[in-house]
Amino acid sequence: MKVAFYPGCVSKGACPELYTSAKLIAEPLGIELEELTEAPCTGAGVLSEQNPDLADSLNGLTLAMAESKGADLMTICSTCQGVLSDVNFHLKQDEGRREKVNSTIGDQGFRYEGKAQVKHLLWMLFEDVGIERIEGAIKHKLTGLKIAPFYGCYILRPAEWLGLNERPERKTYLERLIALLGAEPVEYRGATKCCGFPMLTFNRDKSLAMAGNHIVEAKDKGADLLVTPCPLCHLNLDGQQPDAARVLKRTIDVPIFHLPQLLGLAFGYSPEELRLDRHVVPTATALQKVELKV
Amino acid sequence: MQFTIEVGRYNPEGTYAPQASRAESYPPPWDKSPPRRYQTYTVELPAHAVVLDALIAIREYQDDSLAVRCACRSAICGSCAMWINGHANLACKSKLAEFTKDGKTRVESPPSMPVIRDLVGEMAPFWEKHRKVKPWLDAKEPVPGAREEYRVDNAAMEELIQEVSCISCGACLMDCESYAVNSNFLGPQALAQAYRYAADPRDAGTRDRLREYSGPGGVWDCTHCYECVTQCPKGVAPLEQILKLRRMAVDAGFTNNPGTRHADAFADSVKHSGRLNELTLLPKSIGFLNIIEQLKSLPAAINMARAGKLPPLIHRAIPGVQRIKTIFNRVGGRLK
Repeated sequence: MKVAFYPGCVSKGACPELYTSAKLIAEPLGIELEELTEAPCTGAGVLSEQNPDLADSLNGLTLAMAESKGADLMTICSTCQGVLSDVNFHLKQDEGRREKVNSTIGDQGFRYEGKAQVKHLLWMLFEDVGIERIEGAIKHKLTGLKIAPFYGCYILRPAEWLGLNERPERKTYLERLIALLGAEPVEYRGATKCCGFPMLTFNRDKSLAMAGNHIVEAKDKGADLLVTPCPLCHLNLDGQQPDAARVLKRTIDVPIFHLPQLLGLAFGYSPEELRLDRHVVPTATALQKVELKV
Repeated sequence: MQFTIEVGRYNPEGTYAPQASRAESYPPPWDKSPPRRYQTYTVELPAHAVVLDALIAIREYQDDSLAVRCACRSAICGSCAMWINGHANLACKSKLAEFTKDGKTRVESPPSMPVIRDLVGEMAPFWEKHRKVKPWLDAKEPVPGAREEYRVDNAAMEELIQEVSCISCGACLMDCESYAVNSNFLGPQALAQAYRYAADPRDAGTRDRLREYSGPGGVWDCTHCYECVTQCPKGVAPLEQILKLRRMAVDAGFTNNPGTRHADAFADSVKHSGRLNELTLLPKSIGFLNIIEQLKSLPAAINMARAGKLPPLIHRAIPGVQRIKTIFNRVGGRLK
């Protein structure tokens, strides 16, 4: 199945391990990645805040690029998913906004018609790839690991833009996937909460407290690791974890995996191939539980 | 139809029925909130019954010690907001059948607010925030005479209908992620009301308001998580009003803050390269002269660099970046 692959800025910047692992696991899943190399940043909700028309045009262009490839657009980032879903939802509904976008991008060789769906890899696993194919690709069950899901706000809220009212099961895919890979999902409140990243530059200590609190809650419930479909959450939960521990005045030390890294381990790729040795919080203790080393 | 309700009980005297079970304490940041005791009741009600019907039935016919605050029973007065299955909702608007999970519905006073007794939360922090945004009009000159009135564009008032719909139930603040870690934050309800007055053409205090909301505890302390949009029972969408306030504040020239610098650095990077330059975003947002904050973010940057997670030092533009520049030039943005 061919998808227009939208990797997002962070997977090509501060989280290269996400890009690498996503490319690796595409093949066993039967996903043919046609990368949208000329697509701009979504603006992560920041550009729309200052100029909604600008966010409409940039994301309308990206969606039109996917349409021109005759494929649905696949994201690997909850934030990209949220912003592109937002724009796709509203452009489909509002002819005025749609026309504005098309008059801006028309002479650039693209036209937005609302034909492409925007789907996170997490959704595609269950809605397009299918459980059987995932099970068929598993070579190394993750039995013994207790894994806490961490969704990221923009893949959950607002439900209307993300199609969650029609498909409420999208709110349970991470837990289902963890179980499917042989591990045990940890139930905790923080799973659907905010990691604090959008506030990091404005109110650092509060942002870190937010991230730290969720990891601590998961750890207290026995989690060996957290898995997230959002690299921005990863930046706060992993990259800033030592600082979050300082803010909360307690040790945390819980590794954070990207969704494709978790899949990759179960599919038999080595921790090095998945760049699990390139995290701020070491992943070794969690990996030992499934008899793997970095 | 039979419904099972698990009610979070709390009273300062610490007297509970023997069948009320102890629960584990709340996760941080609410671990200091007194843990509730959960008492289970079974009620017989029609299939369309709401949570409040069950609570009133319990209080009237089974256990008159249960404290519940409610009045209108039709989602107008805003008295009965509480946690239902861990999220703030109006008890009078939440259908039991929809909220029953694993055969029961759990109802409690939210740990994000102080608790007085059982399902009655202390709303003082909520009202204090509401008062802080001066929820009244500062009459603009010329003030109409005794027998006159302000004449305002219909469209200008239509813009405010969404915010006027607020019933001050507090559901948004109860589930606000920023408020949970930052009690200074004005919060979604107060800021949605702040927009309602700041954007009112009859208000003379817009500039002062925007200056105040641009400071600590104001619009830039929102973490943009959409919890308030999800939980508001009246469609006020507080986050969207906070974002409008941010735009108004920036337009009015209140730009000397990390929020505006962050947005400007973001837009600048996307305009010139098509994508985000993570390496310069944080220091630019903090402000190069803010040495203390710069130093605070340094350890994390070193940790990231050590792990090999530093973004490429040479920030390359995406292919076809000219297209992006053209769009910026056509649509505009804050950055010229």
